[in-house]
Amino acid sequence: MVAAPLVIGVSFAYLLLLFAVASWGDRRATQGRSVIGNPWTYALSMAVYCSAWTYFGSVGRAAAAGVWFLPIYLGPMLAMILAWMVVRKMIRIARTYRITSIADFIASRYGKSPLLAGLVTLITVVGILPYIALQLKGISGAYALMTTPLGQPPLRSVHWLGDSTLYIALALAGFTIVFGTRHLDSAERHEGMVAAIAFESIIKLLAFLAVGAFVVWGLFDGLGDLFARAQAVPELRKLLTLGQGKAFAYEQWFALTLLSMLSVIFLPRQFQVMVVENVDERHLKRAAWVFPLYLLLINLFVLPIALGGLLHFGPGGADAEGFVLSLPLASGHTTLALLAFVGGLSAATGMVIVEVIAVSTMVCNDLVMPLLLRTRRFGATLGEGQAGGGDLTRFLLGIRRSAIVAILLLGYLYFHLAGEAYALVSIGLISFAAVAQFAPAMLGGMYWKGGTRRGALAGLGCGFGLWIYTLMLPSLAKSGWLAADFMTQGPYGLELLKPEQLFGLRGLDNLTQSLFWSLLFNIGAYVGVSLWRAPSARETSQALLFVDVFQRTASTGPVFWRGRARVADLLPLLGRFLGTRRATALFEVYAQRRGVARVEQLQPDAQLVQFVETQLAGAIGSASARVMVASVVQEESLGLDDVMRILDEASQLRAYSHALEDKSRSLERATAELRSANEQLKSLDRLKDDFMSSVTHELRTPLTSIRALAEVMVDDADMPVEQRQHFLGIVVAETERLSRLVNQVLDMAKIESGHAEWHNSDIDLRALLTQAVQTTEPMLRERGAVLDLQLPDAVPLLRADADRLMQVMLNLLSNAAKFVPREGGRVQVRLQCDSAGLTVAVHDNGPGVPEDQRALIFEKFRQGGDALNRPQGTGLGLPISRQIVEHFGGRMWLQPDAAQGACFCFTLPWPAAAQPDETPQGDTT
Amino acid sequence: MDHGLGPQRLRALFCAALALFNFPLLALWDRDALFLGLPLFPAALFLLWALIILALAVIVEAAGEEP
Repeated sequence: MVAAPLVIGVSFAYLLLLFAVASWGDRRATQGRSVIGNPWTYALSMAVYCSAWTYFGSVGRAAAAGVWFLPIYLGPMLAMILAWMVVRKMIRIARTYRITSIADFIASRYGKSPLLAGLVTLITVVGILPYIALQLKGISGAYALMTTPLGQPPLRSVHWLGDSTLYIALALAGFTIVFGTRHLDSAERHEGMVAAIAFESIIKLLAFLAVGAFVVWGLFDGLGDLFARAQAVPELRKLLTLGQGKAFAYEQWFALTLLSMLSVIFLPRQFQVMVVENVDERHLKRAAWVFPLYLLLINLFVLPIALGGLLHFGPGGADAEGFVLSLPLASGHTTLALLAFVGGLSAATGMVIVEVIAVSTMVCNDLVMPLLLRTRRFGATLGEGQAGGGDLTRFLLGIRRSAIVAILLLGYLYFHLAGEAYALVSIGLISFAAVAQFAPAMLGGMYWKGGTRRGALAGLGCGFGLWIYTLMLPSLAKSGWLAADFMTQGPYGLELLKPEQLFGLRGLDNLTQSLFWSLLFNIGAYVGVSLWRAPSARETSQALLFVDVFQRTASTGPVFWRGRARVADLLPLLGRFLGTRRATALFEVYAQRRGVARVEQLQPDAQLVQFVETQLAGAIGSASARVMVASVVQEESLGLDDVMRILDEASQLRAYSHALEDKSRSLERATAELRSANEQLKSLDRLKDDFMSSVTHELRTPLTSIRALAEVMVDDADMPVEQRQHFLGIVVAETERLSRLVNQVLDMAKIESGHAEWHNSDIDLRALLTQAVQTTEPMLRERGAVLDLQLPDAVPLLRADADRLMQVMLNLLSNAAKFVPREGGRVQVRLQCDSAGLTVAVHDNGPGVPEDQRALIFEKFRQGGDALNRPQGTGLGLPISRQIVEHFGGRMWLQPDAAQGACFCFTLPWPAAAQPDETPQGDTT
Repeated sequence: MDHGLGPQRLRALFCAALALFNFPLLALWDRDALFLGLPLFPAALFLLWALIILALAVIVEAAGEEP
């Protein structure tokens, strides 16, 4: 055993540490560096699912029934597989309409009905009491085990004042108040609490794994040894099979799986951490698999610890629910036992804190507030508030704190009434079955627009009634607090109404049959009554907002409200529940978003009323918020037609804005196209201008000399004949030059515009080159240059226009002739043949083309050489040649690395299909 | 992941997991045998469980960012 003061001291030290973590989380949140804004913390906070039930109860369950502890953890895994679809939708709905609890969710969906909110809250409070009792039982059992000598039954106090469990309940209430309702602003998010819960989840997992490792490798020689020894004992061997010798109760297995699948979503604490405290819905992706992994890890050693305990103490030697503590204690490992105790405390306190905070919010918003709003005295206070600005935030916190204390004391009461008769797991399952009743109204409300308020009320009422009758009352009767007659003979002797064999249904265990009947009547009444009458306008509008939440957002969605309001009424209303400062800040932000400079200038329209109501809903629940807003505005009731019209308008508006976006996008595209077309046109225009000025310039030079000579001849009639002849010769030459220029310009224009005529035939380039060389030979000889023609023996025929190619060759050769030096000029013409095509190179030993002009010489009217001593030419030869070569798919270029002089080359490719199989190698030397 | 394969894969995995952990597939493992020195039935349950979590992790993490 461990001394009681030490256990109490360690417990309080641990709770203080938790508190430190929570205030650290809160501090970080106010600094804007949230610690819970990551998927890992989110997943760990979900592990608040693992309470004292997991920590102590699972081992007890495993020791009694083998693998039957597992369905409670397989269900959550199944739920998390669908979480990305289902839970994300819940998060989106809750975020959009500032929903803070399950009661709020259901009430809001079915037309913001206060009655429905109240019923859901009532079910939650009653349903959750056994669960709270379970935690109290877990902690008090663990405390008793730690502080009493081993093997002795724990001492029981006769008087309730001496009962440690009561003080545990009160201490937990105190801590919950400190954790959840510290702040005056009644914001629905609790960052510090979530940080503390995530921390707790780590502690309880580590502690449980430590005990598991100690049992497996400390007390036994590994898993193999443990299982081998267990299998040697017939009773234990049975635990490792499916049915323990009996027929396996598949329906119960399925019921437990279904139950835990629903509970992991609809338990108030799970809804709180999963939906309300969610920071970013994308975190759900990682949490969806990390949380089941956590469950797997924490269950890994459940069976080994149970078997180890049974082997160590012998069957019935010690309470199996306490194996986690008694095994380390029995072997003298006090520190490990203390660690295990802290882990169990962690599991229980984490659950209690979150659960009670969530439930107290519901009690305050959905049970107490609506009742208070109805009483005249409170209404009068409100009236004063309107005049003088009474702040109700303190009052709200007071309600919540009282609710926390009340819930824990009620849990303690249930623990006293029924706690002793049941195992931990059985108590927990009663609560699971209660929250499972929310499933039809919640899921139906999220996916079916036809569900109505009456349907939800009827379904929840039936389900809850049957739950009380078939599970809650029997649990009290079995503890001896109710006469057991109605259990054995049925009420008033009516056998058919026996709670555990309702309507004579036999063959199911009490939990399965209770779940079956309650869910059957729940779903039946929900669907049946919903279909009885058409939903009202408000129900329809809320159904549309919930079911189609992914299609709209709060700012663009339709607002189902019509009436008259004043900013001067709405702002103080919000201020009374959120505090004046926060309310003013919210209004300023809203005004900014609407593009209005001052709050007073805000248009008190439907949007603003909706905004105030949503903000208010976050603090006091949607049903109460509805009542409050309705009390300060004058509103007209909407008919179903109005709802449909508003919806139509909203969707039309959305369609218009979509169309507008589309149109503006296509306009942008068209503008860009036009701009680029304009740029192209401009550059073409510039080119044309350049071309015109070049052409006129080239025309003017010969014209000037013709005119000058002609004038000289006109003026001087007595000119000698020889001189006249000479001048006329020049005139003729210049005229030829003019017509050549004009021809070339025309030629160029034809080729460029694609109107040139091409007379293609099969030509032998060898013959063509030879002919070209012969034609230009006289000109070369005149310049004293030598021509060297290098041809391969044979080349394949090429399909091209012979005249055009001749034009190219003559142009290149005459260029070469113009540039070769007077003495020792040399022009080389080479023809090469390869697989790609034919390459012709014309190489002279002239001055070559300066580097800076190489790129320009193929442009129109750009001539090589400097302007003073360059030979005559039109400046169109090379561009035309290049155009011709390119017409046949080839290219023309100036060899950049020619040793001396200029080397112009062009290639003519083989036609794609007619490529020769064997290329004759043009061997040139 | 709203549109496309993600949700379909998740629904399929849900059905598979539901089938694996219920009648009659569950009974397949209920044999008096050893798996790596451990009793087959609990070992198979935990192994299946781990495999489903692995598949779930692969599916949700592989899905691209939400549009």
